[in-house]
Amino acid sequence: MSIWEYANPKKFLRTSERVLPALWVAAGACIVGGLIWGFFFTPDDYRQGSTVKIIYLHVPAALMAINAWFMMLVASLIWVIRRHHVSALAAKAAAPVGVVMTLIALITGAIWGQPMWGTWWAWDPRLTSFLVLFLFYLGYIALWEAIDNPDTAADLTSILCLVGSVFAVLSRYAVNFWNQGLHQGASLSLDKEENVADVFAFPLYACMAGFGLLFVALVLYRTGTEIRARRMSALIARERMMDA
Amino acid sequence: MIALLVRDLRLAFRAGGGFGLGLAFFLIVTVMVPFSVGPNSDTLSLIAPGILWLGALLACLLSLDRLLALDWEDGSLDLLATAPLPLEGVLSIKALAHWLTTGLPLVLAAPVLGVLLNLPAGGYLWITLSLLIGTPALSVVGTFGAALTVGLKRGGLLLSLLVMPLYVPTLIFGAEVARRGASGMSVETPLLMLAGITLGTIALLPFASAAVLRVNLR
Amino acid sequence: MIAVRDLGVSRGGMPVLAGVQFALSSGEALVLRGPNGIGKTTLLRTLARLQPPLCGEILGDVDDIAYAAHADGLKLTLTVDENLAFWARVFGGGDPEAAIRAFDLASLRDRPAGGLSAGQKRRLSLARLMVTGRRLWILDEPTVSLDAASVQLFASTIRSHLAAGGAAIMATHIDLGIEGRVLDLAPFKAKLPAFDADDAGGFL
Repeated sequence: MSIWEYANPKKFLRTSERVLPALWVAAGACIVGGLIWGFFFTPDDYRQGSTVKIIYLHVPAALMAINAWFMMLVASLIWVIRRHHVSALAAKAAAPVGVVMTLIALITGAIWGQPMWGTWWAWDPRLTSFLVLFLFYLGYIALWEAIDNPDTAADLTSILCLVGSVFAVLSRYAVNFWNQGLHQGASLSLDKEENVADVFAFPLYACMAGFGLLFVALVLYRTGTEIRARRMSALIARERMMDA
Repeated sequence: MIALLVRDLRLAFRAGGGFGLGLAFFLIVTVMVPFSVGPNSDTLSLIAPGILWLGALLACLLSLDRLLALDWEDGSLDLLATAPLPLEGVLSIKALAHWLTTGLPLVLAAPVLGVLLNLPAGGYLWITLSLLIGTPALSVVGTFGAALTVGLKRGGLLLSLLVMPLYVPTLIFGAEVARRGASGMSVETPLLMLAGITLGTIALLPFASAAVLRVNLR
Repeated sequence: MIAVRDLGVSRGGMPVLAGVQFALSSGEALVLRGPNGIGKTTLLRTLARLQPPLCGEILGDVDDIAYAAHADGLKLTLTVDENLAFWARVFGGGDPEAAIRAFDLASLRDRPAGGLSAGQKRRLSLARLMVTGRRLWILDEPTVSLDAASVQLFASTIRSHLAAGGAAIMATHIDLGIEGRVLDLAPFKAKLPAFDADDAGGFL
């Protein structure tokens, strides 16, 4: 029994259909629970007031925006090396989820930034990096859409993802160098003094887990859709061959 | 290899090769800037390094879709792929030819256009140097983008969308060198980073470009 | 010079030919026949290693192969001489003069390729094969837009190429009067992919 068995489209569909309901429920429970806990049962921050509570959307979305790209990178590598179609389709399926997460992070960030920094947008390194990440997602999705042959599209987009990752990291450093910004440091880290207080952290963990589960569920679901679309076009092509 | 370089240069200089288009575009963009931001010379000299870098980048971008598309349409790319040259080498030469016909003229024109934008006296050296070091990366990254989109109809717009984010680090460090140089600050760090990015892309990216071109040729 | 064993090729992700098998030694010519869309071009591109085979193997040295596609691959702003000289330098092979003589291009040599007629362009692109110095020519519809006299020029070039130890694989419907085998591709048409093939890439 190896993990690669799930590279078989049918096996993948069967298994993902079995785990999806549980994933939806778990994701929903974590997000709803975390948000209610965070919004109604935590005190206001002594400096930031109640605006701090947008953290329960902002941080998990930002986390998943980056993780989605990372997942696409891994899936692209698996496609390039082992040529499992499901892997390429999973990367394709993750991109729109990632772009929406990036957008949520950007928008909630702007809403949070307005009362805190007095501006909706600043060319702060973190904000700028997310904007650049957003552009990378757009290019990746546009390339998938532009190519008819699915294998060609998978090859080209996965190489774009690999090259893009290198340039995304470079951009992150370039942007850091270009403007040392306003954004507070990481909200959570293991070795830092100035961390988010525990009372805020636990609902945040719940939301992060919820967003993570939601991401997994969405990607599995969308991958299933992509597999069915591929199956459909394979059937149509077969039909055409039969006519010819 | 040299034969390919000579051929590409010759094609660029012959009628219809499009040589000089990028340069003319650079000129137009630079001329349009004062029309849009106003003739105030202080404002212009403040933004001059950035405008020159952005103009050079756009001029470079504009000429990318011809980089491989012409060879693709007339079938030469198939023949080159079966020739005894490594495809990585072919694409490096193509990038070099693109730089010689597009990037280098931009580098040489930048100080002249700097006059139009009231570039501070200290900035001339640095804008020229930063473009000289940075534009090869634009050509090499652009070749990757052109190889990605070569088989596509309506590839031009997509090409821009794909290549622009990849240009971000080069643009940031290049414009930073010019900006700091123009205001008399130390340029060492961004200059080294710029050179590093250029050398890194020249060394590694042709392999990625050749890989995507092989996919597109099949 | 080239041998093909159990070769399958695909176009646009769908298999078109399967089980293709032949061997060609020097001095031989192989003519591919078959209706439009059977996969002649795809097979030739696969033989030229421009695309990977779906299955099976191709034995033989890639560096023996010169490929000539539907498209002429000419640069219209370069002259006939310059076009040939370029490919001669890239391949480090033959003598452009011989190629110019063989395809009767002497009177056109200083003309830009853009000013040539379709048939003249075709002659130039066939002359390119001679300057590659390669032994195995893979030709896709080489006689398109050639007139009767030019077809004769082409046929005699092929004959002398074969006599000099070369080989050629071509897809053509014209009878060139060359001693060569004919391979009809119709029997190799790929079967429909089976339903419920439980392999990793199977979507059916």
